[in-house]
Amino acid sequence: MNLLHFVNAFFNDSARWHGADGIPQRLWEHVQYSLMALGIAGAIGLPIGLVTGHTGRGGNVLALLATAARALPSFGLLVLLTILMGLGLTPVMVPLVALAVPPMLVTTYEAVRTVDRSLVDAARGMGMSPLRVLWQVEVPVALPLILSGIRSSAIQIVSTATIAAYVSFGGLGRYIVDGLYQVDYVKVVGGATLVAALALVTLGLFWLAGRVFVSPGVRRQQR
Amino acid sequence: MVPRRCKGPLCQTIGRPPTAGSNYCSLTRVPAVSENEGPLLWRAEGLCTALILIDSVTKRYPDGTTAVDRLTLEIPDGAITVLVGPSGCGKTTTLRMINRMIEPSEGKITLDGRDIREQPVNALRRSMGYVIQHAGLFPHRTIVENIATVPRLLGWDRGQARSRALELMERVGLDPSLAKRYPYQLSGGQQQRVGVARALAADPPVMLMDEPFSAVDPVVRKGLQDELVRIQAELGKTIVFVTHDIDEAIKIGDMVAVLREGGRLAQFAPPAELLSAPADAFVEDFLGLDRGIRRLSFFTAAGLELTALPIVAVDSTAEQIAARAVPQTPYLLVTDTEGRPLGWADAKDLVAGSNTLIPYGHSFVAGRDSLRAALDSAVLSPTGWAVAVDEDGRAVGVAAQETIAAAIRAAHAELPSYVRDPGGTDPAGNLASNPGEPTDQEVKA
Amino acid sequence: MGGFFRIPSDLQHSYLGLVGWHLQEALIPVLFGLLIALPLGQLCARYRWLYAPMLGITTVFYALPSLAFFVVLIDYTGLSDTTVEIPLTVYSLVVLIPAIIDGVRSVPEETNAAATAMGFGPVRRYLQVDLPIAVPAIFAGLRVATVSSISLVSVGALIGNEGALGNLLADANFYHRPILAWSSVVTTAVLAILIDGLLVLLRRLLTPWAVR
Repeated sequence: MNLLHFVNAFFNDSARWHGADGIPQRLWEHVQYSLMALGIAGAIGLPIGLVTGHTGRGGNVLALLATAARALPSFGLLVLLTILMGLGLTPVMVPLVALAVPPMLVTTYEAVRTVDRSLVDAARGMGMSPLRVLWQVEVPVALPLILSGIRSSAIQIVSTATIAAYVSFGGLGRYIVDGLYQVDYVKVVGGATLVAALALVTLGLFWLAGRVFVSPGVRRQQR
Repeated sequence: MVPRRCKGPLCQTIGRPPTAGSNYCSLTRVPAVSENEGPLLWRAEGLCTALILIDSVTKRYPDGTTAVDRLTLEIPDGAITVLVGPSGCGKTTTLRMINRMIEPSEGKITLDGRDIREQPVNALRRSMGYVIQHAGLFPHRTIVENIATVPRLLGWDRGQARSRALELMERVGLDPSLAKRYPYQLSGGQQQRVGVARALAADPPVMLMDEPFSAVDPVVRKGLQDELVRIQAELGKTIVFVTHDIDEAIKIGDMVAVLREGGRLAQFAPPAELLSAPADAFVEDFLGLDRGIRRLSFFTAAGLELTALPIVAVDSTAEQIAARAVPQTPYLLVTDTEGRPLGWADAKDLVAGSNTLIPYGHSFVAGRDSLRAALDSAVLSPTGWAVAVDEDGRAVGVAAQETIAAAIRAAHAELPSYVRDPGGTDPAGNLASNPGEPTDQEVKA
Repeated sequence: MGGFFRIPSDLQHSYLGLVGWHLQEALIPVLFGLLIALPLGQLCARYRWLYAPMLGITTVFYALPSLAFFVVLIDYTGLSDTTVEIPLTVYSLVVLIPAIIDGVRSVPEETNAAATAMGFGPVRRYLQVDLPIAVPAIFAGLRVATVSSISLVSVGALIGNEGALGNLLADANFYHRPILAWSSVVTTAVLAILIDGLLVLLRRLLTPWAVR
């Protein structure tokens, strides 16, 4: 099995670049699923992580919840939910969100917790309200770590969003599942390559976000 | 009957009686005392009212430890009050109760007559500057943004806050080119200055400083202490300063509160009084050795009798040298053509044309430095004579150790007597209700 | 409820048999992953510039969907446990290498210096000083890797029933017995939590000096 040969064959097929099963279309679907899952996971994980990190309470409960969420097998959940709820996007989103919340949650909590206490002390002593302290001091300083948590989740999601294809949805998983059943290795390898490429692009996007949003004063302190 | 004196910083020499129930005479302006009136205390003009009253405050923790025990302190307006003591004495706890970072278990604290619990806590804190060890600068903001924090919190617009920040950078002695830098690019001493500037930004009447200079090396620390004294002379803030270093307390404090472990007050007095009359063995021990010599820094050398006789310039002729040499001064101070001292030389050797000089140690500035500096100069000098110079470093005279000793005796006599009244004073410096027998106050000439 | 534990005969395993198989397929990769990650992590900690490229490579492999990975390997390792275990080993590296690096970094410079000054040779110092102090950080990563691994094994069901407990899912569809799907999911989840708990206990045993 010459992998490079398959990769070449996949991308060089001009038909592959058009239509409902074309690369752009599948890519777009995949990105949509990923953004949706990331958004939902972020809406759950980030606020909880920020608040518990700021108050310092609930670390143990958080750890337990995170482990429990990770323990749920994504594929199994997908099948189970599809059986229970029929075909739909929810059975796809639930496992993805369950996978993505723990890294964001735990990392955000840790990030805010480990902010130098004297900074918080100085901020309070100057008369900042607790919300201001969180938003204007703790978050900017914890941002690199928080971003790394979100990045982790994003990579997870990009990789696992392929499961949408198991239940007849689109996305890059389509190539892999179809390729498996059609015994078309070109598709399988091509699909996998696309997912890997998307992951790399995601890494790049987060690197950019770091440069844009993280203050130079904090970046230099890192490692 | 020992009259009670107002404890305001400069009131010590004037000795106005305090108003009833307080340590201060409520005079809002103390007239400057001119140099001719005898020994001066080196403090900026102070106001003789108490701005912050810590009233019988106690702080107990759930595990049983008592950090502060029934502390009562009147913190004078416009002066630097230092809280000093060994670790565990509650000084930081007390400080943090003033801006309600910690709430007292019992007792209350009033600011300008109002209980601090009446105001919303953030408004209270924004009206007080807060400086901590290691500065606590926000790493994600530039220096200017850091300093402008409280003004922005108070709603100033960006331009105003920025120009105020730049102004303050200059005031604390920071190069304006550092404005756009980030904290990690500054040294420890520079960061501390930014911390002070940040606390001063909104021009608060009160500054709380928690061991701000403890984390820097001694050379930097001295510079920062001098800066603080200089800034205070310009601004006249009410500063509450916490330190574990008694020398720092004596150097910068107008009033010093010595706390002992368990959070109880041992003594509350101006530094000179602390050194002259420590309230008990604990305070004496805490002050350490050389109390007497350290106390000399509170006496000026201005009245010291100097003789310019044994000073010769390096280009003097043999006759000029012979004229200067007298039996009492076998050594002559040789200066350069500008008048700056170079060293001592034996008169006979000089006449014979020898060039060897004995180093003169170091000099003191006449009219500005203290008796302690003069004594130190005399002790360091191999000839036993102190060298006095003017502000430009030119020799104006020399003083023998005997002259200095006489000056010390005279200074003792003229300062108000801190002899402890047998009736006793309570640690806060208030006289006991029954003063007891009168003590001698006359001057032994 | 009885259907929870009754496994269709075509799977050729009992309930407990499936559990055992699942554990085997999940834990062996993590073990290998640890053995590979230890030296790699040490290298990255020593040569800082290695970290970014290492992170990139492992992320790329991590992103490769497990199914695709399995499919590609079939040609080399056939339809067997190994086909599932190799990708799982690679996936565990993404979590374990940063964890090892974290662990190594959590050993204070002074401690190392003191140990060397006392005469510890490099190997002995690594085993008796560095590793024990690194245990909490390493175990944090180990827990995540193990739980993820247990979860991923199920996907093996798609390539000829190599998914142990995951195999129940296909049967659930085929025999119209949803209870089997429940069985698969719940058992896998409970298994993961139990193993996680065991790891916590193990960490406590290994670090009696740590603050609880």
